[in-house]
Amino acid sequence: MNERLIFELSRPGRQGVMPPKNDVPKKDVRSLLPSDMLREDEPQLPEVSELDTVRHYTRLSRMNYGVDVGFYPLGSCTMKYNPKVCEDAANLPGFTRIHPYQPEETVQGALELMYDTQQYLAEITGMDAVSLQPAAGAHGELTGLLIIKAYLKHKGEKRTKVIVPDSAHGTNPATAALTGFKVVEVKSDQRGNVDIEALKEAVDEETAALMLTNPNTLGLFEENIVQIAEIVHNAGGLLYYDGANMNAIMGITSPGNMGFDVVHLNLHKTFSTPHGGGGPGSGPVGVKAELEPFLPSPVVVKENDVYRLDYHRPLSIGKVRSFYASFGVIVKAYTYLISQGGCGLKSVSEHAVLNANYLMHRLAGHLNIPYDRRCMHEFVCNPRGLKEKGVRTLDLAKRMLDYGYHPPTVYFPLIVEEVMMVEPTETESKETLDKFADSVIEILKEAAEDPEKILTAPHDTPVGRLDEVNAARKPVLRYIK
Amino acid sequence: MRFIPHTDEERKEMIAELGIKGIDELFQDIPEEVRLKKDLNIPGPFSELEVLRKIKSMAAKNKTVDQLVSFLGAGVYDHYIPSAVHHIISRSEFYTAYTPYQPEISQGVLQSIFEFQTMICELTGMDVANASMYDGASAAAEAALMACAATRRNKVLVSKTVHPEYRQVLNTYATAREIEIKELDYNGGVTDLSKLENLLNEEVAAVILQQPNFFGSLEDLRAAADAVHQVKALLVTCADPVALGLITSPGACGADIVVGDGQGLGIHMSYGGPHLGYMACTQKLMRRMPGRIVGETKDSRGNRGFVLTLQAREQHIRREKATSNICSNQALCALAATVYLSLMGRRGLREVAEQCLTKAHYAYEQIINLLGYQPAWSAPFFKEFVIKTPQPPQEINQRLLESGIIGGLDLGRFYPELKNCMLLCVTETRTREEIDRLVALLGGDIK
Repeated sequence: MNERLIFELSRPGRQGVMPPKNDVPKKDVRSLLPSDMLREDEPQLPEVSELDTVRHYTRLSRMNYGVDVGFYPLGSCTMKYNPKVCEDAANLPGFTRIHPYQPEETVQGALELMYDTQQYLAEITGMDAVSLQPAAGAHGELTGLLIIKAYLKHKGEKRTKVIVPDSAHGTNPATAALTGFKVVEVKSDQRGNVDIEALKEAVDEETAALMLTNPNTLGLFEENIVQIAEIVHNAGGLLYYDGANMNAIMGITSPGNMGFDVVHLNLHKTFSTPHGGGGPGSGPVGVKAELEPFLPSPVVVKENDVYRLDYHRPLSIGKVRSFYASFGVIVKAYTYLISQGGCGLKSVSEHAVLNANYLMHRLAGHLNIPYDRRCMHEFVCNPRGLKEKGVRTLDLAKRMLDYGYHPPTVYFPLIVEEVMMVEPTETESKETLDKFADSVIEILKEAAEDPEKILTAPHDTPVGRLDEVNAARKPVLRYIK
Repeated sequence: MRFIPHTDEERKEMIAELGIKGIDELFQDIPEEVRLKKDLNIPGPFSELEVLRKIKSMAAKNKTVDQLVSFLGAGVYDHYIPSAVHHIISRSEFYTAYTPYQPEISQGVLQSIFEFQTMICELTGMDVANASMYDGASAAAEAALMACAATRRNKVLVSKTVHPEYRQVLNTYATAREIEIKELDYNGGVTDLSKLENLLNEEVAAVILQQPNFFGSLEDLRAAADAVHQVKALLVTCADPVALGLITSPGACGADIVVGDGQGLGIHMSYGGPHLGYMACTQKLMRRMPGRIVGETKDSRGNRGFVLTLQAREQHIRREKATSNICSNQALCALAATVYLSLMGRRGLREVAEQCLTKAHYAYEQIINLLGYQPAWSAPFFKEFVIKTPQPPQEINQRLLESGIIGGLDLGRFYPELKNCMLLCVTETRTREEIDRLVALLGGDIK
């Protein structure tokens, strides 16, 4: 199955939409603008009808896989069901048809919704204040580290190092580098925790912060979190919480309780806003009271039942994006939050952890489970005895496509070879987990008996395995007629 | 509980299978001392009906641009969004997907991004574009970092006619990397290029201009590019893609990196986000670009297909050596823009741009003829213009609001020297009647 490019459907003179009638006196544009500012080369946009357009993108949508299509156990990404009511809420004209510079008196509902969301996220994370400004998780990390940098500078401290475990998301070291810190990596121990001795060695008076995901990317809870926090704090450093795995712990523990000073959340993971094929996301940042003055400007405040944007923040790191937030995404998250309530969120985490443990248990005899512990909301595993047959984890993942699944995350975290990282989420039923486990077992059997079938997979997808090497070697990044 | 499918019986079966007494046991690795001792204080759970009632009452407290007539622009625009855009981006195969890591089941998103990249190249006149950025402001900041890395220089000049919020974001990013930012003055509503030459030297990595600029005026990009290239620095241009349907592309003027916000291309204003940052550049800078990039390739059956490519630049491969920490993009907003541009086509986008131009000039001509109102300068403009007002803009806007009109932006908010100036925007969605009413209210003919 192949779909032509929209440009290849183009027919000169065709048009999809009729612009409104121009009801002001028509003037030649050359009388309004200098001729050298008018473009000579027309942009080669497609000329297609509305039906051409709708059919083209509908066909493309059918070549795409989302949570609504099937099981999506992509570890670290929390691909849970995105409730439809959240979409309806965000599409209300009262939210979509408002301009960010409208007078505050005309957007009290929007400000109230943002204020309440700030409060709820502070409650969940155990932080004292929250900014909704960052546009994504990595953007939240950037904001969080800039807050730490500004706070340390304000205190007159020059600390240059950020510590990350070897299991950390790639964004952690990338963000530390982007914010001008030196990255120091610490290794993990036999149980998949941060190696305490290595941490003690790495932490010193130069340490600005430790960035930690907890549960970590192996899906394991850092059992020594209290000691870790103590080590970092005693050296005068701060603790940064990467909220990618918040879905495991809501209502059970909180970053604040664990000793973290700064947190970012991924609303598009934990709080069920859809991923959109890669965005838009939203990455709010929460902080403890002493860091609050450094939050991005503005924040939403409430005074005598009136909401307003507070720009008077002399110590703020400034702005990390234009305006206030990915507001449309905030509306979806807010809708989800009140749909669940406090007790519902706890139940979410309980069932996310139950599902992961159940699925791990179902696969344990068939795949290698490198850490013999209870997992949290996700677990890592790898195949055994397939290397000799030339079958790699990537091949197993491609075969899963034929079975109608989105495969787990593969080759991350980097510290487990040929790894698969499986996160079923709480919205999947026991039947789905059982069926998936049966399929994986079947695929492993195929790999042992008929490796060729796996090596040439996928077979039943719209396109076959794609040549990524050549794509990077001779980049073709746009259509040219 | 909502959105959790487990029946009591299934839960029991699963617990039994795991050989535990209850779900609590699964959390045994969490030390007792960090556990929460009380329930989260968040209202709910509420049924869908109750949730919608609550949300609708909040939405109803906002006054929309359908209830009021808006002449606000300043980076966010009320352009018409054809119905089909919403219907396509509501296909849940698109919106419930993750970043296309498995290309064989993600051709929909990948191909649409490839089409998006092509359209952005066409509009900006550049060689390559990425899959999108968070918003225009962060795209401009990333462009500055990219220019510093490419030139191995550490100073960026930015015009004061660039959106004030974009400059704030640029400052935030620059502080982190200890990049020196210097602002360029303006004269007559456009960047003062006569002063640019004195500031340009071998330390300057990039000069950032906006086209049309924050005041709506058109900059002389060609002259700027010539000066900038004399010292082997890069010209970064923030451009409104709707304007590019009509005005000369930054690429044709010699820009090296073009960024901007594509909100005007079929994306709701939504109180400031989510919108659509874009970035395009010359072939030479391709491997310096941050963000996701989609490329064409072939599949095992010999057919054309699309994949994420040039990933060696990115954080998940390069970690601390990546070109940026950016991970996601705004794929769904990029899809909206792609559908919008397909529906509009070459002629439609030009028509929209021409209407913005003529309607804005129609409003401008009448307002400057009103007693006490004066043009701030005479620079050519696209859909926004600056007017000196006889009373503080805040007072005028309060009066307009009482009559159902949202007036222009009070420029004193960002430019102390322009405290009696208002930035007005007229797009194709404003009617002659609405413009006439604005003019009559400003002139005091009607109350």
